[in-house]
Amino acid sequence: MTDAYSQLTTADGRPLKAALAAAQARARRRAFLLVAPLLLFVVVTFILPIGQMLQRSVYHDGFSNSAPALGEWFSSHPDGSDFDESAYAALASDLALMKKDKTAGEAGTRINYTVPGTRSLFTSSARGADKLEPPYKEALLALDAKWGEPVIWQAMREASSPWTSDFYLIATDRQRTADGGIERVPENERIYLWLFGKTFILSGVITFLCLILAFPIAHLLATLPMSKSNLLMILVLLPFWTSLLVRTTSWIVLLQGQGVVNNILVSLGVIGDDGRITMIYNQTGTIIVMTHILLPFMVLPLYSVMRTIKPSYARAARSLGATSWTTFRRIYLPQTLPGIGAGALLTFILAVGYYITPALVGGADGQLISNLIQFHMSKSNWSLAAALSAMLLAGVLVLYWLYDRLVGIDKLKLG
Amino acid sequence: MKKLLVLSTALTGMALPAVADVTVMSWGGAYGTSQTEAYIKPYSAETGVKVTMVDADNPATPVKAMVEANNVTVDIADVEYADAIRLCDEGMLEEIDPAMLPPAPDGTPATEDFLPGALTDCAVATIVFSTVFAYDSSKFPEGPTSIHDFFDLEKFPGKRAMRKGAKANLEMALMADGVPAADVYATLETPEGVDRAFAMLDKIKKDTIWWEAGAQPPQLLADGEVAMTTAYNGRIFAAAVAEGKPFQVVWDGQVYEYDLFVIPKGAPNLEEAKKFLAYATDTQRLADQAKWISYGPARKSSGALVGLYQDGKTEMGPHMPTAAENLTNALPSSYEFWVDRDSELNERFNAWLAAN
Amino acid sequence: MQDDLPIHGETRVTTEARNDDFVVFDHVQKSYDGVSLVVKDLNLNIGKGEFLTMLGPSGSGKTTCLMMLAGFETATHGEIRLDGRNINLVPPHKRGIGMVFQNYALFPHMTVGENLAFPLEVRGMGKDEREAKIRRALDMVQMGAFANRRPAQLSGGQQQRIALARALVFDPALVLMDEPLGALDKQLREHMQFEIKHLHESLGITVVYVTHDQGEALTMSDRVAVFNDGKIQQLGPPSDLYERPDNSFVAQFIGENNKLPGTIEELSGDKALVRLGTGELIDATPVNVTAKGQKTLVSIRPERVEFKPEMMPAGAHMIDATVLEVIYMGDILRVRLRVAGSDDFVMKMRNTLGQTKLSPGQQIKVGWHPADARALDPM
Repeated sequence: MTDAYSQLTTADGRPLKAALAAAQARARRRAFLLVAPLLLFVVVTFILPIGQMLQRSVYHDGFSNSAPALGEWFSSHPDGSDFDESAYAALASDLALMKKDKTAGEAGTRINYTVPGTRSLFTSSARGADKLEPPYKEALLALDAKWGEPVIWQAMREASSPWTSDFYLIATDRQRTADGGIERVPENERIYLWLFGKTFILSGVITFLCLILAFPIAHLLATLPMSKSNLLMILVLLPFWTSLLVRTTSWIVLLQGQGVVNNILVSLGVIGDDGRITMIYNQTGTIIVMTHILLPFMVLPLYSVMRTIKPSYARAARSLGATSWTTFRRIYLPQTLPGIGAGALLTFILAVGYYITPALVGGADGQLISNLIQFHMSKSNWSLAAALSAMLLAGVLVLYWLYDRLVGIDKLKLG
Repeated sequence: MKKLLVLSTALTGMALPAVADVTVMSWGGAYGTSQTEAYIKPYSAETGVKVTMVDADNPATPVKAMVEANNVTVDIADVEYADAIRLCDEGMLEEIDPAMLPPAPDGTPATEDFLPGALTDCAVATIVFSTVFAYDSSKFPEGPTSIHDFFDLEKFPGKRAMRKGAKANLEMALMADGVPAADVYATLETPEGVDRAFAMLDKIKKDTIWWEAGAQPPQLLADGEVAMTTAYNGRIFAAAVAEGKPFQVVWDGQVYEYDLFVIPKGAPNLEEAKKFLAYATDTQRLADQAKWISYGPARKSSGALVGLYQDGKTEMGPHMPTAAENLTNALPSSYEFWVDRDSELNERFNAWLAAN
Repeated sequence: MQDDLPIHGETRVTTEARNDDFVVFDHVQKSYDGVSLVVKDLNLNIGKGEFLTMLGPSGSGKTTCLMMLAGFETATHGEIRLDGRNINLVPPHKRGIGMVFQNYALFPHMTVGENLAFPLEVRGMGKDEREAKIRRALDMVQMGAFANRRPAQLSGGQQQRIALARALVFDPALVLMDEPLGALDKQLREHMQFEIKHLHESLGITVVYVTHDQGEALTMSDRVAVFNDGKIQQLGPPSDLYERPDNSFVAQFIGENNKLPGTIEELSGDKALVRLGTGELIDATPVNVTAKGQKTLVSIRPERVEFKPEMMPAGAHMIDATVLEVIYMGDILRVRLRVAGSDDFVMKMRNTLGQTKLSPGQQIKVGWHPADARALDPM
């Protein structure tokens, strides 16, 4: 069968298949050239940074670069070996090198990530490293007794390779024990997993609220006559045209203890002056303000889908004997699903990554994981920030996959 | 002709940095102005040496780049404590021998005249800024007087605000719990000490709002959102003196930090830079700077010489973190401690914040 | 099936309406803006089992009437009765009227089977009964094999059949169709016209059909109501409308039509003599002219125009005409003539063996049987 086809030729004798391929290749090349700038842009501004972020989350050469002797010792002595004189000699020579190259701070910073309180151990020990004499074990222990702690040695072993899972351990509230095992950190320091969960739950609540609020508005927009719906659309989009900070600050003015809402409630006598409601600097504030900020992202996909649903569907359903509620539930709602899915996914993903708003109005219990990512970035702990971001990204991808399985990504309709 | 004139001026202008004796890089703004007024103008007037001021968002960043590129064009830079230590650790700064710094007028050597921690291997502190707590005096006529009062909701009811972060909060909590300033960091090194600090914070957690930007605390006080808040002293001063708000600072339990002068390795005019550095950090110059900004001089001996604010009527002395009466129970923030413990304690802090 | 009353069992109306009073529009008026009337004092009785078409240009009020009957619009004044019961306040889902929409309105998220099951489910019908009815309805439109397809997988004609089946599956006694064939191509449209007509006859249902296509109206209907300007211009069987239009609008709207303006010269019983603007006299049947000297518009169908004197009745007038154009259309020849100073007078000749050949420029005389020319109101 394929043979028969491959024997077909064009009028001038070329095989038909080859001629077709050549004709299509030209079109493909042209199409590729058209998208090439965007592709390049996406690669440079999106793929590369994300790749770099993923790499940073498993790569840190701060210690391995500045401690070559220890690196060698660790690779020739398997896990569980005694830390004997040869180990301390390697340490002493590395500390001397750190003093010479001024890299003690960097090396210490790396170890400090897993064993808090050790950066100064490196910097102070490196200062006197060139005066160390054998036997090095005694000399170093005399300099600082911390050098005898197995936890530090375990941390150095892990850090002697630039590739490490340490940052994912930290990001999942775990730590290495002295014997190389893995355990959960003490309860009062567990924060990340819990915060991930909270971030996802809070984002879900915000998405749900957005949906509840956006659905009627979008319906109104889609069914009103053009002149009126344009005006309403401007009101919906107004937040888009206002700076995020201005919007957030306006909410502070509205919701704070001495704010507009509380003042009105007090003057109406609904609440007493000492019973002012705390609506901001907590979880409630985060939910209210983020719902407001993300609302347009729900309204727009819903609107664009609802606009395409002809009123004759509802009329048909009514004429077939359905009550208005049945018509909504069985006919209208299912047809808006692509819009609901797109809006919910968009809103949820934006909410999961939001950081400015929770930082400003979240107070103590309204913080999200993005605030901690920002915190670690500001503290130059890029690797931990990268590990947390990668986990967030993974979480979103899982959701995306679930959505695909449940609803189907081809049903996504953004506009 | 006119063109030629412009051109020649431009050329001389470009040539100037080469013959200019000292170039200082600082943060600009009101802070840069205070340095120009207090150090540069009198120095040029006295010695005839030309001193050029350049601004940067954070001078540590260009300094690092310059040293790495072996193309250093500044002689002196104004940096924060953490950067001073880091750059010094990385060998990017000239070491500064404290012996070259002038003694106090009464002969006290510089090493003793400077506040503890103000002199490091590579840096000399010029000013002190402080995290203090402040209150609205219209709410508490008989105001709180000690750091302990900040944590006492019974005696001084009302909302509190603190910075969202472990730094300074833990120190203040321990001092409020009666730990002497000198023992605060040693206590915090132990798990029991950390527990003790958090136990103190627990007392006010329910009534506390957490701020992040320096501009927030005076706003929170002004809006009546909180009765007391921790804040940077300069912000409260600005609100109280410049805007006339009834805010009162309580200096007891303050945690202060330095801003420092450093000399980048490879500075083009090293000797002149050292001379300027010595002049700028003498007792009188540091005291003069307070006329322009409410940050305290890093020398003890400067305190007495601090005069009036530029409005001509506000006595600056009492507003200085370094005024003797403000230093009775004060803690210099420890960079070494925080570089070791920052992640750990902030994780704990965040977990504590999030838990109900 | 005709005996199955459409209205829900519990509200079943037992008062037997007279056969031609199944649907009644009684002095119905409708205004959207409170300023102008879209439907002006409509009175219309539709008999049970009748196929009635509302025909008219867009904006004539025909669709509004249908929507009021379906319950999607409320009458501003007057009463609509269905089988003797006032349904002004009955919501659409309780009227039990089947409806076919212009764009079918098949629910895109349901299969064909689910679409058909929908009206049965909302009536609480059991699964077995439902399936039997669906199968019967699909077979009725020859779509039995398509129950599991989605509407988007069907062609326009197939969707149309499904829409029809869905409107009929719950056995309504009255089915409304709102330009149901508008989106189909000509051939398919003609085929579906036949099928719909056939279904109407075999099921005995009452159909109210809205269209702006006069051909469709003529071929399918028992009676046609011609709408214009919110009023029924003429109501009657297709042949009446075509052959005996009551006024100029109907004459013009239905079928091709030659118009000759003039003045009544003589009026006697069922005969009138009309003098055209150019002075010629022609014969006509007076329809809505009453007096000598009145202005009138004489309407003559092109196929009723004769040019052979031997075919004319005795005494009939003939007038001069110039052949301008002969268009060959297969079964007929269409001849454009200049008559009484106007260039758009059309005559249709059957293309029969030995038919006289006409060529442009030729001078002929044309005339007609007085009964075929109707003297109507001047427009």
